[in-house]
Amino acid sequence: MELLADRAAAEDVLLFVNAAIAATGQREFHSDGDAQQWSMEFLHEYMLVNYRDLYAATLTLGVNDRNAAAIILRLLQTGRDASPAQRHVEGRLIAKALTELPTHRVYHLFTALRKARVNNRRTRAIIREWLVARPDPAFEAVKYRSAFLSAVRHAHLKIEDLPGEELDAFLFGWHSAGRFATPLFETWRRAHFDRRAVFELPYTIAEGFAAGHRITRAEFLEKIAPQLTRNERLRLQRSAAWTGALGVVADAVDLSRMPLTRLAAYVLALPVEEREQRRLELTDALRAAALRVAGLRAGTWGRVAAVLDDSYSASGSSEKRRRPLVVALAAHFLLRELASDYRPLWLSGDEDPLMARARGVTALGERLLDGLETRPDLLVVVSDGWDNAPVGMAAAVLRVWGERLDPEGKTAVAHLNPVFDAAGLQVRRLAPTTPTVGIRDAEDLPELVAFARFATGRTGIAELRAHIDSRVEHWLSEETPCTA
Amino acid sequence: MHRLTFDGLQVRPGQVWGGIRLVPLVRDEPITSLRLHPSGFPGGDSYDAYAPSCCYEPHGLIAEWTADGTAVPALGTALRMPARTMRKSLRPETKLQQRTRVHFVPHQTALEAFLPLTFRVPSVAWSEWSTHAFRRGAPRQEDPQYLGYDVEGLADALRVFEIHPGQCGVLVYVADALASAVVTPHPDDYRALHPSLVEDGFGELIWRYAHLYGESPDFRPHLDESAIDTIADLRAAINAAQREWSEFHQEVMAAGLLDAEYVFTEDYRMEQFTLRRFRPHFVPGRETHVGEAITDADGRLAYLRTFRLSETQARRGRLLQTLTDHDWNLEAAAAGMDLVVPALVARIDAAGYGGLFRQDVLDRFRSLNRTNGQRR
Repeated sequence: MELLADRAAAEDVLLFVNAAIAATGQREFHSDGDAQQWSMEFLHEYMLVNYRDLYAATLTLGVNDRNAAAIILRLLQTGRDASPAQRHVEGRLIAKALTELPTHRVYHLFTALRKARVNNRRTRAIIREWLVARPDPAFEAVKYRSAFLSAVRHAHLKIEDLPGEELDAFLFGWHSAGRFATPLFETWRRAHFDRRAVFELPYTIAEGFAAGHRITRAEFLEKIAPQLTRNERLRLQRSAAWTGALGVVADAVDLSRMPLTRLAAYVLALPVEEREQRRLELTDALRAAALRVAGLRAGTWGRVAAVLDDSYSASGSSEKRRRPLVVALAAHFLLRELASDYRPLWLSGDEDPLMARARGVTALGERLLDGLETRPDLLVVVSDGWDNAPVGMAAAVLRVWGERLDPEGKTAVAHLNPVFDAAGLQVRRLAPTTPTVGIRDAEDLPELVAFARFATGRTGIAELRAHIDSRVEHWLSEETPCTA
Repeated sequence: MHRLTFDGLQVRPGQVWGGIRLVPLVRDEPITSLRLHPSGFPGGDSYDAYAPSCCYEPHGLIAEWTADGTAVPALGTALRMPARTMRKSLRPETKLQQRTRVHFVPHQTALEAFLPLTFRVPSVAWSEWSTHAFRRGAPRQEDPQYLGYDVEGLADALRVFEIHPGQCGVLVYVADALASAVVTPHPDDYRALHPSLVEDGFGELIWRYAHLYGESPDFRPHLDESAIDTIADLRAAINAAQREWSEFHQEVMAAGLLDAEYVFTEDYRMEQFTLRRFRPHFVPGRETHVGEAITDADGRLAYLRTFRLSETQARRGRLLQTLTDHDWNLEAAAAGMDLVVPALVARIDAAGYGGLFRQDVLDRFRSLNRTNGQRR
């Protein structure tokens, strides 16, 4: 009986971790945004109530930023239910997680805390700790002005505690403050009446001022170009070409330093002709990015085959355009670097990954067999798990393979699923015996494949707990001491 | 020609979404000599890719703008070809693409259009029928029409459906009852028409089924592991499972469409293609599909579109069929249906065709029926 409860607990935790890695609450190919959000909310609530300490510990397991913020929000909301020991670990985990989250996510979380009227001592302390440790509060005070302001108010902060001069005047009384000594504040003040100052501000802030000054889009883009961050520059390439801001377009993006998954998304968003023209450049950039991720692990994985899903459902949704296909493409280049002998198998039968496009059916069964035929050491499947030609063939093939053709389990099979299935409350599995893990960015692939051994549903909670505890230990040992 | 066959078409595993099952049909070899009219393609620019000798316009898909600005949907599929391909034509060479043609929301008028199209007016002037019947034939019935949008789950099922490579057709099952079948000559045509399937008309029966039956079961293949020792065995088992499905589909699921005998009317012929409309023999208790088909010289399907009639429509069709078979002679028709004449007239009246009788004849039969009913 205990064994059963154990296994159920392990399954619950794994299910949540997988979902929290893959789900972003956005619309997917098969389900809309509301269903996704509702399902994720249920899973969060369920984990929080039943496995509070493990729930907090999932922050260390690479859940995506949105879910990390949701976990922190829920933990702070229900601090009363936690024991002092739990609260101690939670505080350290949260502080560490906040340093890892992107800045805008954290401000978003603070705003959410304010809206949810969570204002306990622990919350205030955590907000204070985080804000005090910021390297450049002046910049953030300008870029996230309203969120910054409300966080300061919400946490009852004494503004003098924060590093940086003139914050008080900038946030609470700039009308009467006159000139600022801090250059950024002064630029911001001047931007209210001086067109030239607009172009010295960060892009997102300048956009608002540009509208006020009636600066045309083309002029604005031309002049703001030096202030653009790498991602902003990338995002604006095409719209700049439409508006005629050729300065932005000519300033071609340096692809060599882009992260792998983002680069794959960029490549797949290009028209087919352009991909053909820039084939060499794009392939080199993708390879270099993959090599950076692989690092010392390059070439150590032995013989690897990959079944990559480019069926129509890999086109994602209007909110997550081609996301499953992007992950598959990035995984293709990463596995190619990791393996000593690599064999890619796209579902459509295409040989040219750069020209990948989402169309056709998901005939996983036959493709899996093609991959297994050469008996590789590892078979990686990147697919949303909607096996439909025919339904359940992949499960049947994997079952027969495991029972009759490879009973010793020499070939490890790992299924990575980039899509959270809202109706099933989990990432869709291929077969009960095959480990399935969620994936958000292809960069996490090595860790996820290692984690996949837990995801067969045959491990007990003790083993899983040991693994998670070691992760927490490792994670927190990197931290700077924190008193929250 | 009495039956429909899927020669040259292969069945692939169906995809289920809720109560809707879509079964794709894949053509061994696409037909290139008959293609969708270029204005049927989104953007209308696909014409460069091919130069067919003959084109078809699916029913209701194309609207032609008349001089006074009103749109006219094609009633029934039409076969067309550029003028230069007709022998001895004196007309100058024309392009297929005409500026007056635009896309039109299809199939508002579909269902009932097929029934009267296939029946003719009375050929013998029996005294019972009104002049109206001779001039106009059977009137159109205003049955409730259901667009694909109203059929629960169909829009989503079509949206998430993954089109097979080389797919040239689809069979739509609602709660595992065959609702309609579409076959096109070429995969590109199918791709162009796929989004328009949701605008098709459906009978009340299908609409009701979609509401009543939530989930259709998946057909999961079962591989017998005890017989599998090598990879080749496994491959063979996969192929066997595929064959098993396609046989099952042909013999059981699509039986209502393929086994039934139809009355074909040869409507139009162009090059080696023939456009036919067909209707069933209205055997009680059987599925009733009506529709249009374009076949090539060998009798293979190039284009097919069917509609499933609901029960009331089938009953009405049966009446018209019987009347036509007996040259609109009431006595003979009543004998053919094992009824007495007043009962037949009551049925015709109930079916909404009372207007075909002369008013005095109708009144006489109505009162006769009333007194008969009271006496009983």
